[in-house]
Amino acid sequence: MDANVIEVSGLSKRFGDLTAVDHVSFRVREGEIFGFLGPNGAGKTTTINMLTTVLRPNGGVAKVNGHDVMHEALEVRRSIGLVPQEYTADEDLTGMENLLLVASLYEVPRAEAKQRASELLELVQLKDAADRTVDTYSGGMRRRLELACGLINRPKVLFLDEPTLGLDVQTRAAVWKYIRLLKEKYNMTLFMTTHYLEEADNLCDRIAIIDHGKIVALDTPKALKDSLGGDLVEIQVDRPSEDGLAAFLRTIPNVKEVLPVDGGYRLTVINGEETAPLVLDAIRARNLKTTRISIAKPTLDEVYLARTGRTMREQEGSREDVFRQRMTMRRARP
Amino acid sequence: MSGLLALTGREIKKWYKNPFVLFISLIQPIIWMGLFGKAMNLGALVPTNLLPPGAPNPLLAFLGVSDYFSYMAVGMLSFVVLFATMFSGMSIVWDRRLGFLNKVLSTPASRGSIVLSKVFIAVIRALVQAGIVLVAAVLLGLQVSANFNPLFLLGVFAALFLMSIGLSALFVAIAIRSTKWETQMAIMNLLNLPLLFASNALFPTSFMPEWLQDVAKLNPVTYGTDAARQFILLDPNWTSLANDFIFLGIFAAVFATVGIVLSWRYLSK
Repeated sequence: MDANVIEVSGLSKRFGDLTAVDHVSFRVREGEIFGFLGPNGAGKTTTINMLTTVLRPNGGVAKVNGHDVMHEALEVRRSIGLVPQEYTADEDLTGMENLLLVASLYEVPRAEAKQRASELLELVQLKDAADRTVDTYSGGMRRRLELACGLINRPKVLFLDEPTLGLDVQTRAAVWKYIRLLKEKYNMTLFMTTHYLEEADNLCDRIAIIDHGKIVALDTPKALKDSLGGDLVEIQVDRPSEDGLAAFLRTIPNVKEVLPVDGGYRLTVINGEETAPLVLDAIRARNLKTTRISIAKPTLDEVYLARTGRTMREQEGSREDVFRQRMTMRRARP
Repeated sequence: MSGLLALTGREIKKWYKNPFVLFISLIQPIIWMGLFGKAMNLGALVPTNLLPPGAPNPLLAFLGVSDYFSYMAVGMLSFVVLFATMFSGMSIVWDRRLGFLNKVLSTPASRGSIVLSKVFIAVIRALVQAGIVLVAAVLLGLQVSANFNPLFLLGVFAALFLMSIGLSALFVAIAIRSTKWETQMAIMNLLNLPLLFASNALFPTSFMPEWLQDVAKLNPVTYGTDAARQFILLDPNWTSLANDFIFLGIFAAVFATVGIVLSWRYLSK
């Protein structure tokens, strides 16, 4: 499991004066879901486009399945699948016809392609819609069809660019389910970009946070959140101003920081669920009464804020990017 | 190879699943024939009643045929080819904007097949439309020459085939890096009428100013129209036909090659 499926070092891409991707290096291990998280215009799609040989890098080396994206582009293309941000399935064709079209681009023999296509349509639950033209599909159906198209050549690595852009919350959760299912069934490595924090948190084994073309953090979602120092436990007690309470709370194991707030204290603790009961016990031991308690897990929002100094913002992408995203969002609506 | 067939197949399906587009693109040349061809009744300018009886119609010397409608109706075949091929560039811009192009670029399909599929569909559309327009022209009063032989139609379509290959490859090459369909529209609007007028499609070049004649001599529309006219309206002059086909053949070969070479270099940025 330790083999690297994607190896990137010093990868860069410039468009005129703009450096879209700036000396990016990372490795993706076999079988993991690796996420690229960042706002619009951070360089996520540009990175995916270089890894899928659609764009030529200006510098650095990238290897996918052991093949160099610059010099062995054809081998790379044969071994990968791409689910682009946009809905690329042809609206005038049926779901089945779309799958067969993509299959021929990979030179999958016709009989084999038909078999794979029905299998995939079954998997993403589009079997009943297989012979309908895609313009009758809802956003979620289209996204599932795109997933199926990305898998028709049985890729070793699947690249997903903003797989749930423009989808509502329920449909998004359904797409996550399919992504996990596909990964399990075909034991693939997944490389995905997203600007939805909860999506990265939910799906990815490891996340690289990218900002202005640079990776500012790379780890598991849990480690990234833990790096903030722990969970937040907020308590309110009946006599908050009692002497020495703050110092006493600080002596509880795993409590790292205690800040007085209105009517109580905010504690930064390691492992909130296990530490909170200890805090309650300690307060009871001092004959005080806890009137309110809340435990908050740090989210990637806070991680992002801590690493970039900004919240995830809607950044201006290029005119073309913005157009594509709008088209995708518009078409996502049924 | 299977990629080329698949991509061309996609285009053909898209085409016949949208018959409205075909309908509109046929209406246009038919309106031109009906309005322009019938309104510009050059024959009425000839005072036939003042000519000595039995004298040949002066239009014969001017156009090679004695009615202007037949003359311009054959020109309309080139018009159809020109307009049909122009959309090959537009369609590659749309594929780029909608993300389909990137998807194809990430597959092992050869870059050349992306360009060639656009050229092939443009050729197929152009020839089918030209065929329908030819039938409409006959219904509207086109008079074929006395020695017309149905086999000549093969020659007509061979000439239009070469012309449409060259033109569509040219328009794809122009659009290959473009991300804005507005630019393509502007280029099409800039080129279509000048290419039509600076040719023999609507008016014989021999009566044009010399500089315009020189332009017309470089214009593939002139050669395609001349070949079609010789086959349909005149006694084929095989020397000048050979001349037409050599020009069109070189034009098609050069721009098809340019298109494929550019696709290797510039389809990905």
